Amino acid sequence: MNVLVFLIPMALLLGLLGLAGFLWSLKSGQYDDLDGAAVRILNDDDVKT
Amino acid sequence: MTEAADYSIFVARGEDGLSQMSLAIDGIDCAACIADIEDGVKSLPGVVRARLNYSTHRLAVAWSAEASASDVVGKLEQLGYRAHPFTGRVEEEEARRAQWLLRCLGVAGFAMMNIMLLSISVWSGNVSDITPETRDFFHWISALIALPAAAYAGQPFFQSAIRAIRSGKLNMDVPITIGVSLALGISVFETAMSRPEAYFDSAIMLLFFLLAGRYLDHEARRRTRAVAGNVAALRGEMAHRLEPDGTPVRVPVQALKPGDLILVAPGERLGADGVVASGRSCVDESLVTGETLPRELTVGATVYAGSLNGDGALHVTVTAGGQNTLVDDVQRLLDGALAARGAYVRLADRVARLYAPVVHLTALVSMIGWLIAGADLHFAVMIAVAVLIITCPCALALAVPAVQVTATGRLFRAGLLINAGDLLERLATVDTVVFDKTGTLTLPEPALRLPPGADPALVGLAGRLALSSRHPLSRALAAHADGGALPDVAEVPGQGVRAVVDGAEARLGSLAFCAAPVPEDLPADVSLIAFRHGARAVVIGVQQALRPDAVAVVAALKARGLDVRILSGDRADAVAPVAAALGITEVAAGLKPADKIAALEALKAQGHKVLMVGDGLNDAPALAAATVSLSPATGAAVTQAHADAVFLGRRLAPVLATVDGARVAARLMRQNLGIAVVYNLIAVPLAIGGIVTPLVAALAMSGSSILVTVNALRAARPGRKDEAIDANHLKEAVA
Repeated sequence: MNVLVFLIPMALLLGLLGLAGFLWSLKSGQYDDLDGAAVRILNDDDVKT
Repeated sequence: MTEAADYSIFVARGEDGLSQMSLAIDGIDCAACIADIEDGVKSLPGVVRARLNYSTHRLAVAWSAEASASDVVGKLEQLGYRAHPFTGRVEEEEARRAQWLLRCLGVAGFAMMNIMLLSISVWSGNVSDITPETRDFFHWISALIALPAAAYAGQPFFQSAIRAIRSGKLNMDVPITIGVSLALGISVFETAMSRPEAYFDSAIMLLFFLLAGRYLDHEARRRTRAVAGNVAALRGEMAHRLEPDGTPVRVPVQALKPGDLILVAPGERLGADGVVASGRSCVDESLVTGETLPRELTVGATVYAGSLNGDGALHVTVTAGGQNTLVDDVQRLLDGALAARGAYVRLADRVARLYAPVVHLTALVSMIGWLIAGADLHFAVMIAVAVLIITCPCALALAVPAVQVTATGRLFRAGLLINAGDLLERLATVDTVVFDKTGTLTLPEPALRLPPGADPALVGLAGRLALSSRHPLSRALAAHADGGALPDVAEVPGQGVRAVVDGAEARLGSLAFCAAPVPEDLPADVSLIAFRHGARAVVIGVQQALRPDAVAVVAALKARGLDVRILSGDRADAVAPVAAALGITEVAAGLKPADKIAALEALKAQGHKVLMVGDGLNDAPALAAATVSLSPATGAAVTQAHADAVFLGRRLAPVLATVDGARVAARLMRQNLGIAVVYNLIAVPLAIGGIVTPLVAALAMSGSSILVTVNALRAARPGRKDEAIDANHLKEAVA
């Protein structure tokens, strides 16, 4: 059972990492314009004409 | 547009010294528009940031000193998009709340997943070979996750519960708060006593599900308000303010102050209440009073915001500007009517009022019962706690919001924007539907009534000439133009317009101006406009046209057993033909706003629940007085603000869809509450009997929640067969 000493903190750490990632994405406004994100990918703004 | 416009009241100064503004943009329909707009606006000198939100059709712009707000609007117009700035303080507030709910949801989700991981190990361990030490260890870790997570993610419920208790009421958040705190508190106690039961998972899962429902509900309403806000902003409520030196400046109507002098061009909508200072004209007040005949104006006459100016230019001294463009007594009536409605109590809260005392009493009685039966104090307390936890209102709390979220989404797709959260519950009880006539049963813009055998080419030519006229009647005709505007059109004030076409003079205007004969046997609600080209003349009637599916919708509403009535501010002889066409017998015409309220109050006094559908400024108080109110998106802004929901498009079908959606939703809400009650009836005796194992509790709680949620999803589909058939009929009627 000693393996739990490593595994549980690791599981929690991974979970917290996911939570931190979610909070970061929320804070940086990635959910503000869900439809826009889908169509912005089609913009060729990196091609200089 | 070369005219100067002053948008300064919409511009905010940011911390970085840049000026910032939000604009509602019309005409975005493809991905390319994003780059078009952003690059176009950024190409202006001085513009630092331009970011378009494709979901809400809003553009946020920031610029330094070189640029100005009117540059940005001008640039967008040049690009082919209609834009209007707006201030969205309420919306910012709501956006912050949505983010907060989402943060709580994220925290609850994280905690739920990790606690589940531990709980499932404990459950499987309990039936095999887990040692008490490992189990306690797992429980302590669960507590470590659950307590802070619940403290954070439970805030929306805790705050609302505290507010309710402070004001001496009970709402659904009170039992939720008690349930969650008890489940957590007991779990900690059990863990400390090294017992096998702990309920951290149940408490956090409850929070997660409830937060998901809250967030979706909030989001649906926020989207509604964003769309409604755009519709309102894009109506372009601008006015020409005359500066002291006599030059007109375009300003948003919100910037008008009493005492300002404004210029109202022919065919323009008034932006504020005022008194005519000079000029002669007539005004179409159909949006204000419902009256379709224009009213003659002379110097000193009072005019109201929302009226459409006729064929003369006016100078108007503003008496009430800015946000107070309402007539005072309309506002007063409104306040009274709104206060009366506040008495309505939501279904979930009514249940909570019953539920909370019953549950707490049951827990107390079972504890006393066990004590009398000779059990020791600790055992009796644990039984009471088990009863409280098993009744932890998971299914009950989800029953109503889950249906609401699904049904709101369905109505949104049907073209309905919902303002009030409890609309569905109130709507389901409605037995009488009251329509306003002008702009509600009829289309907001009038339609042509051509004489039999009229030459389409002649009407097309008349339409081209009408493009150059700003008279309200010409606008209906202009839609029939078969080409661009004609060159060299001369306007004869008060009579009409003329131009030379193919060597012959073409005239459009009054019958006398065109020397056209007055046709016989005309209905009372038709206004006439004549056109002459050389020797040929045609007299065209312009009439309020019914919405394309009005007849079918009214018939379908009647088939649902609803009593359909008309309350109109228009003349009786204009209302009668509409009522006859729709087969409505209960009609009242020529009503003032106060009369409409009186009529509604009379209906309510007879025990009727009234759905009011109206668009005009004169309907605003009546909308507030009705049990439920709907308003078309073309209605006056004030009216929309007080309607429970706003429907989009030219058709009346959303009204029917709303009634049907609400009935299905109400049925499912009752079913869900029934499921929750049955669950409690089975689970509570088990808990009182002291035979609830953690596994049974967990299965029962999640089982009932899932059942309720799945049942709620049925609200997304049309309920009964006859509703689906009606929907098909409506499509055919319109096609």
